[in-house]
Amino acid sequence: MSGQAQQDDIIILQNVNKWFGEFHVLRDINLNVKRQEVVVIIGPSGSGKSTLIRCINRLEEHQSGEIIVDGIPLTHDVRNIEKIRSETGMVFQQFNLFPHLTVMENITLAPIHVRKMKKDEAEKIAMELLERVGIPEQAQKYPGQLSGGQQQRVAIARALAMRPKIMLFDEPTSALDPEMIKEVLDVMQELAESGMTMLVVTHEMGFAKEVADRIVFMDSGEIVEVGTPEHFFTNPQHERTKLFLSQIL
Amino acid sequence: MQQRAIHPSQERPPFWRDERVLSVISQIVVVGIVVGLLAFFYTNMVSSLREQLGVPIDYGFLKQTAGFDIGESLISYSRSDTYARAFLVGLLNTLQVAVLGIVFATILGIIIGVMRLSTNFLVNRIATAYIEFLRNVPLLVLLIFWAQAVFFKLPRIKEAIILPGPIYLSNRGIAIPWGIPTETWPTYTRILLGGLVLAIIVTIVLRERGKRTGRMPILSLWFLVTLIAVGIIGWFVLPQPPLVLDRPELVGFNTKGGRTLSQQFMALLSGLVIYTAAFIAEVVRAGIQSVSKGQREAATALGLTPFQVLRLVIFPQALRVIIPPLTSQYLNLTKNSSLAIAIGYPDLFAVAGNTILNQTGRAVEVFSLVMGIYLFFSLTTSLFMNIYNRRIRLVER
Amino acid sequence: MAAPVVRTSSAEVLPPPTERYTLLGWLKKNLFTDWFNTLLTFLALGFLYLIIPPLLRWAFTGAEWAVIPANFNLFMRGQYPAEQALRIWIVLWLTAIVVGFTWGVWSKEISPALVVVAAIPVLLMLVPFFAMETRLKLLGVEILGVVGYVIGRRVPRKHNQIATWLLIITLFASVFILRGFGPEQTDSLWARVPTNLWGGLLLSLLLSIFGIGFSFPIGVLLALGRQSKLPAIRTVSVLYIEFIRGVPLISLLFMGQVMLQLFLPEGFPPIDRVVRALVAIILFSAAYTAENVRGGLQSVPKGQYEAAMSLGLSTYQMMRLIILPQALRAVIPVLVGQFIGLFKDTSLVALVGLFDLLGIARVVLANPDWLGTQQEVYVFIAILYWIFSYAMSYASRRLEISLGVGQR
Repeated sequence: MSGQAQQDDIIILQNVNKWFGEFHVLRDINLNVKRQEVVVIIGPSGSGKSTLIRCINRLEEHQSGEIIVDGIPLTHDVRNIEKIRSETGMVFQQFNLFPHLTVMENITLAPIHVRKMKKDEAEKIAMELLERVGIPEQAQKYPGQLSGGQQQRVAIARALAMRPKIMLFDEPTSALDPEMIKEVLDVMQELAESGMTMLVVTHEMGFAKEVADRIVFMDSGEIVEVGTPEHFFTNPQHERTKLFLSQIL
Repeated sequence: MQQRAIHPSQERPPFWRDERVLSVISQIVVVGIVVGLLAFFYTNMVSSLREQLGVPIDYGFLKQTAGFDIGESLISYSRSDTYARAFLVGLLNTLQVAVLGIVFATILGIIIGVMRLSTNFLVNRIATAYIEFLRNVPLLVLLIFWAQAVFFKLPRIKEAIILPGPIYLSNRGIAIPWGIPTETWPTYTRILLGGLVLAIIVTIVLRERGKRTGRMPILSLWFLVTLIAVGIIGWFVLPQPPLVLDRPELVGFNTKGGRTLSQQFMALLSGLVIYTAAFIAEVVRAGIQSVSKGQREAATALGLTPFQVLRLVIFPQALRVIIPPLTSQYLNLTKNSSLAIAIGYPDLFAVAGNTILNQTGRAVEVFSLVMGIYLFFSLTTSLFMNIYNRRIRLVER
Repeated sequence: MAAPVVRTSSAEVLPPPTERYTLLGWLKKNLFTDWFNTLLTFLALGFLYLIIPPLLRWAFTGAEWAVIPANFNLFMRGQYPAEQALRIWIVLWLTAIVVGFTWGVWSKEISPALVVVAAIPVLLMLVPFFAMETRLKLLGVEILGVVGYVIGRRVPRKHNQIATWLLIITLFASVFILRGFGPEQTDSLWARVPTNLWGGLLLSLLLSIFGIGFSFPIGVLLALGRQSKLPAIRTVSVLYIEFIRGVPLISLLFMGQVMLQLFLPEGFPPIDRVVRALVAIILFSAAYTAENVRGGLQSVPKGQYEAAMSLGLSTYQMMRLIILPQALRAVIPVLVGQFIGLFKDTSLVALVGLFDLLGIARVVLANPDWLGTQQEVYVFIAILYWIFSYAMSYASRRLEISLGVGQR
């Protein structure tokens, strides 16, 4: 491992490259995330933000460079892939709850089948998580009966049920009606405050400002600028960053 | 590919955990099992065939004399012809019943499908009853019923049922009036061919003009009008009509003149048509219903006339939904025509899979030929279907 | 109340327009809206006049229905010997109790469908030409069905796997019971009955049930294979599916009869003719199941796969727990349609010399006593086929409605 990797870096990306056919989606990505750090990735659509975090749990395969999650290198080794997936939770833009299962079954599914947990225990944990995201009363409903915001909170609970060390959020509020965005962001903020390592792709600048430890700005597959929110919003260095901020703020 | 560079500082995982190796291994295992199984079957087959017939697989018998009669044929055939010719007779009989069946089943299916959508209570219920009854009864039962309980029970020729035409229905078959070509017929076919070329030219010219002006004329209509016009003009320009109508008449214990269709053929054709029409009706209904009410409203709001709405908005959209399942119904009809064997119509399967097989015992050769022909039909059809679907998908993007 | 509307006098409450509910109103709305509709109505009436009276005349005065009761046993069980026929009743009783039990486990409230199904044995008891003994046996079916249901209701639904296993065991036990043990052609109740004596509705149903039961898992595997990322597996599946779908079932059935034995090593015991037909039916049906299931798999969004993977589920777990339940649910109507097709297609075994419902009909018609009763016999078996097929499609529509509630 190279020298810059430190003991408390839970995610290490080194010279990561990825192509979709001829299209170079990720160009030499270098990024380290510390334990308990909250990193928000912003950038124009098509800049490779989602692809980046999807590479971390192998929903997409990177083609060169190194990804190391909690000391486990992400290679073609199926055991490593399994380990990394069970240590990272992911929340999707489209929630991706399982529509044929109840909320409770959605949450307990992975603990029971992957972690081989007893059903009672899994349900107890699920109930705690539902209380944490504020919707314990919906446990027996089906996802289709919930609002978008409630569904996304269930999705967060589902990811947390695996007791992950890292949470990946892929535009978690983009598919929500405006009035429901806050309830999801509140849950995320609470999660961040509890010390979870989080990597968040979002367009919510308010959230980035308030919760992020560091902000990563990506454009056309490259990391253009990394900095604290303060530095980032008040004193951006790069022309592309300035342009982007001027367009959205 | 240079972009697929190996991760620089990675030790390779042991092969039993490497996903790339695993995927190759699992494929080898599956293919190995399949190939092994096939090889096992094949060697067993060859060894038992060698015992039974001497030569395991040999298509040479096709050149031998068939030595059996075939009830009806579109080409000249006698028992001294070869097996290959008998095959061809069967194939042509299959094609004949399939093509006619497809034409009539489409017409009947569209009628019933539209009836099914009618707001008229009685019409709607008649169509529903038709569909619900036929879709839930086996085709084979229907065919056998049709043959044994209807067509084979037709009266003797002396008491033949005579329909206007005249059409004679009797146990000697169904005699219908038929056109007989005269000496001008060859000229007329050439005129028709010319008409076809002209019609295509007219269509292309009109389409180009339509593209320029943006108002596309009804191309298929103009195509037909040109063709028919040439046909009519040609008919009367010739010194002698190219076809004369030959009506059947009763002579002794038979009918003479016109064309006589066998009861087997009629039973098979009508059974296939009636049965398939019920399925086509459902396809048509679903297609028309798939065009949302909003489309009709939007088109009407634009000021299009009801006919324009139908032609420009509803019909093209419904057709897209209808054509793929309609094609598969056509294929089903063709494959189902192999049930001819149950009522004694000599189609491909009855001639080959039954008579030839029983005479020669050459199961492998006969089945490979028969199945190969059916496969050819279905694979070419699905090839065209795939092209069609791809074109449609491109339009949607 | 926010609306500041003040009524000074109490308005007369008008009844809703009743036009729709009067006979005349209904007629006008549905049959005589305009001249075209009126014309259609008269055309339809004319058509019905041409069809229905002759049909009724035939059914009530012309037809010789005596052929049906006289051969009823043949239609039901083929040439299965009368000495051993009690075994079919045993199978029926066993089936009644297990089906009742399964129903009880799955659904705790008494639905209309349950009432209809429960009424069937009672209705059959009313068939005029049945012997008293037959009626008592039918009563047995009814009682055992109810007993099974009552027991099943006491079992909580989460144990529904018991019911599934019981059904599978019953299926195989039934074959065992029907086949019997020991030497053939004795008077003993448990004598072996060779399958060439099985026939009639019994054989048609057995072929359908086993055809569905075996072709379904194979079809699901083929569908998964066709959707696989691995090119070799995909190719094998596609080749199989396209080959089978391209040829008529009858050619496979003939091939099964003529060639199946050739594929096996010498000295392999000869395969039963019913089994040969069944193999052809299974191979045929599996390809169609595969295509239908593939449609369901395609309807499952990509996000479902991603969510399952991100939770760490293995491919097998993902398919079994997440993808297949959704895919299969989406294609229930299509699958039921296909199973109806399979049930109807079992009639083709008559062409390879088995005596299923259609085959036995031909046997009856070959009997000199019943010459010329083609119309009666074929109408009767067509109605039997129709009842079973229609019942299946009706049940699937009900199932679709009940599954659709509150789930998407």
